Order: sequence, then C-alpha cells, then structure tokens
Amino acid sequence: MKKLESTWYNMTVVLTLISVAAGAALAYVNDLTAGPIRIIKEQQLQDGIKAVLSADDLTVKDTEEVDGVIVYRTDKGTAVQATDPNGFGGKLTVLVGFDSKGTIQGYRVLESAETPGLGAKAGDWFQKGQKGDIIGMSPAKNNMTVSKDGGEVDAITASTITSRAFLRCVNAAYAALAAEDAQSGATRQAEDNTYEEE
Amino acid sequence: MNQIKVFWNGLVKENPTFVLLLGMCPTLGTTSSALNGMSMGLATMAVLIFSNLIISLIKNFIPDMVRIPSYIVVIASLVTILQMVIKAYAPEIDQSLGLFIPLIVVNCIILGRAEAFAAKNDPLSSVTDGVGMGLGFTMALTLLGGVRELLGTGRIFSLAVFPEDYGALVFVLAPGAFIALGYLIAIVNRLKN
Repeated sequence: MKKLESTWYNMTVVLTLISVAAGAALAYVNDLTAGPIRIIKEQQLQDGIKAVLSADDLTVKDTEEVDGVIVYRTDKGTAVQATDPNGFGGKLTVLVGFDSKGTIQGYRVLESAETPGLGAKAGDWFQKGQKGDIIGMSPAKNNMTVSKDGGEVDAITASTITSRAFLRCVNAAYAALAAEDAQSGATRQAEDNTYEEE
Repeated sequence: MNQIKVFWNGLVKENPTFVLLLGMCPTLGTTSSALNGMSMGLATMAVLIFSNLIISLIKNFIPDMVRIPSYIVVIASLVTILQMVIKAYAPEIDQSLGLFIPLIVVNCIILGRAEAFAAKNDPLSSVTDGVGMGLGFTMALTLLGGVRELLGTGRIFSLAVFPEDYGALVFVLAPGAFIALGYLIAIVNRLKN
C-alpha cells in the first residue's frame, strides 16, 4: 500500500485520529488502575502510621490538614506527616509518631529523592540505637537541630543538608501538633480523659 | 528479513548503549544498583516492543510530514500506560524508578528505532528489533548497575560480597557512572573487535 500524501487534510485527520485513539486507550487504563493505586497509597499510609507508633493494631479517629502538614489522630498516639521542599535532591516527606506528651515514638521517610549511599540513609540513621537516634526525644524539650548548628542530633555523615531538612520536617510536624493542641486543648483534654476511663 | 540477524544486531552489533551510545540519560541516572538498572531496562524494552509494533502497523497511514508528532503521541501514551500499570501492580518498582519512567518518552532509543527501523520494516521484524535492542539495553544497564553497586557498596543485587566500608562511594554517585560506563564501553568494544 502506498503512503498517504502529506496534504493538510490528511495530516489533520491522521493526527486527530491518533490522538483520539491514544486518549481513549489512556482513559481505559486509567479507569482500570485508579482503584488499585488508591488502595496501595492507603495501605502504605496505614502501614506507615502503624510503624511510627509501634502498634500492630490501631484506628485513625481524626485526620486534619494544616498548611500541608497532615495530623492523624489515633487511639495509640498521633502520627504527623510533614514535608520539606529543600532536601538535597528535592522534596522530603516524613511521617513522625508522637505519644500524648509529644515524645517521638518513631518515624518513617515516605518520600525522598536523596542521594543513594548518603542522604538516603535517613531512613535508618535516626532510628532507635543508630548514631542519630531521635526516638524518645521531644521537640518541646530537646533542641532538635544538627550538632553543627548547636543542636543535639548527630547529622548523617557527609549529608548535613538532608539531616537539616529531615529535622525541619520533624519540628514542623511537632509545631502543627502543638498548635492544634493549644487551639482545641480543652476539648481534647476532656476527650482524652474519657478514653482513659474506657 | 532474517529474524536472528535482526535480533543479534540489536543485542550485540548495534548495542544501543555500548555501540550506538543512545539513551545516556537513563543509563547514567538509574544504574546506581543492578536491580534498578535491570528494571529500567525491562521497562524500556516493554515500551520499545509495543511502539515498534504499533508504528510498523500504522506506518502507511501516517503522512511523512507529521510522522514525528505521531510517533511521539504513540510513545508517550505507551509510557503513561506503563507508568499507571507499574504504580498499580508493582509499587516497589515505582518507589525506586518512579521519577525515571516518564523520561522513557524522550529516550532516543525508542524514537530512533521507530524512525530507523519500524517505519521501514514489517511488524514481525520490528518486534524482533524491539526485543533485541531492548535486551541489549537491559543487559548493558544491568551490567553497569552491577559494576557500580559492587564497587560502591560491596553488594550485587543487594547480596553482600565484601563489607560496605571498603566500597568507593563515588561509584554510586554521578561521576562514578561516567567512569564505569567509559571503561565498560572500552572493554566491550575491545572484545567485539
């Protein structure tokens, strides 16, 4: 078969047809995958909340978003998701778990573009028993900046920028939690008491 | 056309990475470990096979003057479909390669093979060319990723070979990618001649 001539009519019709067909294919696949993608995201978040609060079983009672920081209140403590745009490789998103006194229970790096072998170590470096251990600290009592800036946390070797971004996330997470507590402190207190009685 | 010859051509004789030096951006960017390199290679191969097939099937309906935009629409749609499928069914791969998948659209290998091969040959040969080139690319990326992972962290496919402290970190970073790739190209071309 001979190739179609490059006339205006042919070119317009062919490009339109190809685009429509591509659009239809994309719409179909999007429809197929939207469900599973949503379930996976939900699952990853649930796993993250459980991990940072070191609980196998919990229920999220309340979710609130303030300035991009998301606060998940659960019956085993509070998980806060904070993002800092200035990691070494871009956005860094961390989920931090706090108990009712604001002490850090655990954390998990949800999203990062840090350098493999350097900044990407943030996922382990600040965990319990590691060199930069932040578990058990509280931004209210401890100065949670890297030791180079006069704080109490050891930065990841050769990755001060990642460490600073990570700690900014932790502090932002605590700030959001504290602000919300101050705002609804009275009612929250009352609620907490009733839960304890149960 | 001889299918075996077409296949061998993509795998060795005109290996996209070591001989044609096409698609250097994903080659250098994703090969920080053997597994990353292999996943990127396989993802590219999947897109390459389907784009070669589709373009060779519709080549007679595309007027010459709009062939590049037409190819790009086909390739971009395939990559977007692949991205959605990976997100939905292989979230682990999405975690490590998510950023690089959309870049397959502008990978010169795919447009290059569409223009140089699929637009002139029958569908069967085009698929064979896609498999050959794709495997050649996957092999090269896995090899490069393996070398960088081994020299940088002392592991290969995450299995420890020697303690991480003896690894030269530079091989995991960008400069190491250039050094390792340069040596691999030299070695492959020496062996080939």
